[in-house]
Amino acid sequence: MSDSTDTGPVLAADGSPLKQSLARALRREKMRALALIAPLLFFVVLTFIIPILSMLFRSVENQIVSDTMPGTVAAIQDWDTGGGEAPDELVFQHLFIDLFNASEAKEHTKLGTRLNYEQTGLSSLFRTSGRRLDDIGETFQDPLEEIDPAFEEADFWYSMMNGEGGEGLLEERRDMWNAQVGGGMDGDVGFVPSQSMIDLLPWTTTAYTDWAIWAAIEDEDVVAEEEPWEAVYGALGIDLRNPETVAAIADYDGPGAEQLQAAVANMDQLPQTSFREAFAEMDEDWLDPEVWDTIAVYSPRFTSGYFLTAVDMKLSAEGVTAQPEDRQLYIKLFNRTLFMSLVITGSCILLGYPVAWLLANLPLRTANVLMILVLLPFWTSLLVRTSAWKVLLQQQGVINEILVWLGFVDDANRLILMNNQTGTIIAMTHILLPFMILPLYSVMKTIDPSYLRAAKSLGATNIVAFWRVYFPQSVPGIGAGSILVFILSIGYYITPEIVGGTDGVFISNRIAYHISSSLNWGLAAALGSILLVVVLVLYWLYDRIVGIDNVKLGG
Amino acid sequence: MKLLKTLTATTALCAAGSMAGAQDMVDDMTLVSWGGAYQQSQINAYAEPYMEMNSEVSITWDESSNEAVAKLRAMNEAGNITWDLVDVVAADALRLCDEGLAMEVDHDEVLAPAPDGTDASDDFGDLIVSDCFIPQIVYSTTFGYRTDMVPEGADAPSDICDVFDTETYPGKRSLEQRPINNMEWALLCDGVPKDEIYDVLATDEGQDQALAKLETIKDDVIWWSAGADTPQLLADGEVFMGSTYNGRLFSAIEEQGQPIAMMWDAQVFDLDGWIIPTGLSEERLARVKDFVYFATDTQRLADQAAYISYGPARASSAPLVGTHAELGIEMGPHMPTAPANSDNIFVYNYEFWADYRDDIDAKFQAWLAQ
Repeated sequence: MSDSTDTGPVLAADGSPLKQSLARALRREKMRALALIAPLLFFVVLTFIIPILSMLFRSVENQIVSDTMPGTVAAIQDWDTGGGEAPDELVFQHLFIDLFNASEAKEHTKLGTRLNYEQTGLSSLFRTSGRRLDDIGETFQDPLEEIDPAFEEADFWYSMMNGEGGEGLLEERRDMWNAQVGGGMDGDVGFVPSQSMIDLLPWTTTAYTDWAIWAAIEDEDVVAEEEPWEAVYGALGIDLRNPETVAAIADYDGPGAEQLQAAVANMDQLPQTSFREAFAEMDEDWLDPEVWDTIAVYSPRFTSGYFLTAVDMKLSAEGVTAQPEDRQLYIKLFNRTLFMSLVITGSCILLGYPVAWLLANLPLRTANVLMILVLLPFWTSLLVRTSAWKVLLQQQGVINEILVWLGFVDDANRLILMNNQTGTIIAMTHILLPFMILPLYSVMKTIDPSYLRAAKSLGATNIVAFWRVYFPQSVPGIGAGSILVFILSIGYYITPEIVGGTDGVFISNRIAYHISSSLNWGLAAALGSILLVVVLVLYWLYDRIVGIDNVKLGG
Repeated sequence: MKLLKTLTATTALCAAGSMAGAQDMVDDMTLVSWGGAYQQSQINAYAEPYMEMNSEVSITWDESSNEAVAKLRAMNEAGNITWDLVDVVAADALRLCDEGLAMEVDHDEVLAPAPDGTDASDDFGDLIVSDCFIPQIVYSTTFGYRTDMVPEGADAPSDICDVFDTETYPGKRSLEQRPINNMEWALLCDGVPKDEIYDVLATDEGQDQALAKLETIKDDVIWWSAGADTPQLLADGEVFMGSTYNGRLFSAIEEQGQPIAMMWDAQVFDLDGWIIPTGLSEERLARVKDFVYFATDTQRLADQAAYISYGPARASSAPLVGTHAELGIEMGPHMPTAPANSDNIFVYNYEFWADYRDDIDAKFQAWLAQ
């Protein structure tokens, strides 16, 4: 063929180069395959992958702090975290406005619950303070209305605050509400803050805008007809404490000028205490620097706090520290879960291997009966099987009764077979046994019995023939069964809960507790993510050591 | 304020009596409760009479109260609330209220006044522990013991500290697998005066002290997580004594005739009641309110006590408590609130546990795992 003169590209029947034509055909094949699996892919992504990812995302998510207290979180950035002093007045002024809004939206208790996971006492601190913020506002509202009754009139406020140029502020505060309550605050407010008021009374205008949006959208009121809430009076109090504002009010001649000037003239009637003192009076914990450390440390939108808690560490003002010894739990539980899953896998191999061998080698009729015996418990409800183990294993249970009757065990010293690790291992081994037997069986079924006969005819003893010839061929079945049993048992929950007592429970029992009882979903997600990663790493290790190609579920 | 408007509108209609039917209401409701004898008592005392009066109504029961908080949160996030009325313990009602998952109600407007005209809020009194909570019953967590396992020569246990006395009363005990109640009992039996218990428990040293006391019986404890565990353990003779809800013990003793007796000392009162989830449509809300108005009136709460030994939450219901519907025995003496039973009681400290629950539980679970 060396003398061939045709060096150009090989052409297909339609004249295009063969390579191109082949590639096109292959691409078409691939597209067709993709189209065939598209419904399944779509289904899996939508109903499985996205929810799992969003659940895992909770392990780092921490928006609630900055969404609920945006001003406070911004103001606290300059504060010396861990310095041992509560922040200064400005932070408390922001706290007043933020917390007032949050308590109107009933979001402050949620924040309290969130922060209570990190520091005990914050739940009630936020709950009780939220109720009493109105009082702080009223300490300003009452004297202001005394100074000039116009302060209680909706008209007065609306004509003073409404104007033009403040669309930016309106949208900014609308975003604040949307972040706080999770959306739904869009729509016409019927109010636009005036730019001159933003310049003159920044706090008051912001507070009034907050109220106006809430009143118009949430309460469906007409802004111009309602008296604003107490926070607006408190905010006016904050503005009036600023000497520059006071000077500017003297030169101001727009709507409400007379009343504002009257308020300035009668400043001594307004409360003189700082917001810091007012908060301290409400609950002295507000001056506790640790409370503020917690708020500051957990103010970023994403946190490593949950993951650190999940590995017995703690995120605090001093940085990452280990949990005190009497609180360390999760590492121990992870280790226990892995260790017990290994033991369960091992005992499943020991018990399952002979059964699978029998199934594969007995005459068909007997093997079928045996198969039904394996499958029958497999088809029984998990809860029923576990409860049945409870009846068997307890101290006054069937096993102990028989042993006592036979005289093997003294009546006073009955065996403790459940509410400990033994109980979990026994019950779970039984429950997971079919997952070991079935893959083993399907692999053994394919091992030609003539190999064993050949080995024996060549002089091997029974043991050597089994160990050198039969066993290596059944290893893929052991691998498949072990992976199934191990991964299933790592995530097991019901059986350890029922028969595990205190030292037989797994990490999944704590995950369940945090999901359904403590509602600390962030921590549950972090624990779950770690478990997932551990399983993936073990799978990878298995692949490196044994090779995943050596795993067979059948044939 | 939208809420308030709906509230006032509904109650105005309710107050108008026959007008109530004129409002648009859905005909089916999903009620959530605890299952078992307790749910049956609600069906007998509230649901069936209500359905007799309103034949168009059908009620579906869901036995999910155990995990109501988590499920409601998930429903809320999914934006699809399928429950109309949920029976929860007061501590969960507090949390649901905090989370904004339960609706705040004006008790005087939503609930019927007492027969003598007393406002509902006065009739329920202090039992309204949260703005979202509509109390139904007072129950208690208390101890029961096997009468046939009391050691010879010893008196029957009658003091909470007998739980910690394994010398006189050998045998296993079952305690709930959570710090609440156990920590209080441990401190009380370690010599802390009753009125200082929560001050002590708020400190690290106090928590260690309580755990140290529990440590003395740790090897003798079987920890339970479901209310049915202790009655079963007692019936099987697995434990000598154990804590559980008083209604469960009543049923084991009186209805099943087990050799068990109550030890009322240092029982912990707790409350159970309804919450209405937030986010119901107006038609569903109208139906739920109509039902709640009926199901929590003085007679209905008293009726429930004929099926289960939990005390009605209304002061005005107490005189109406009669006999057990099947056994015919007087229910009064079996109530946790009966004077003979309530010499020495605790009342679940909601505020304290709302704050300290996560913290102390972390410590408690770490201690258990040691």
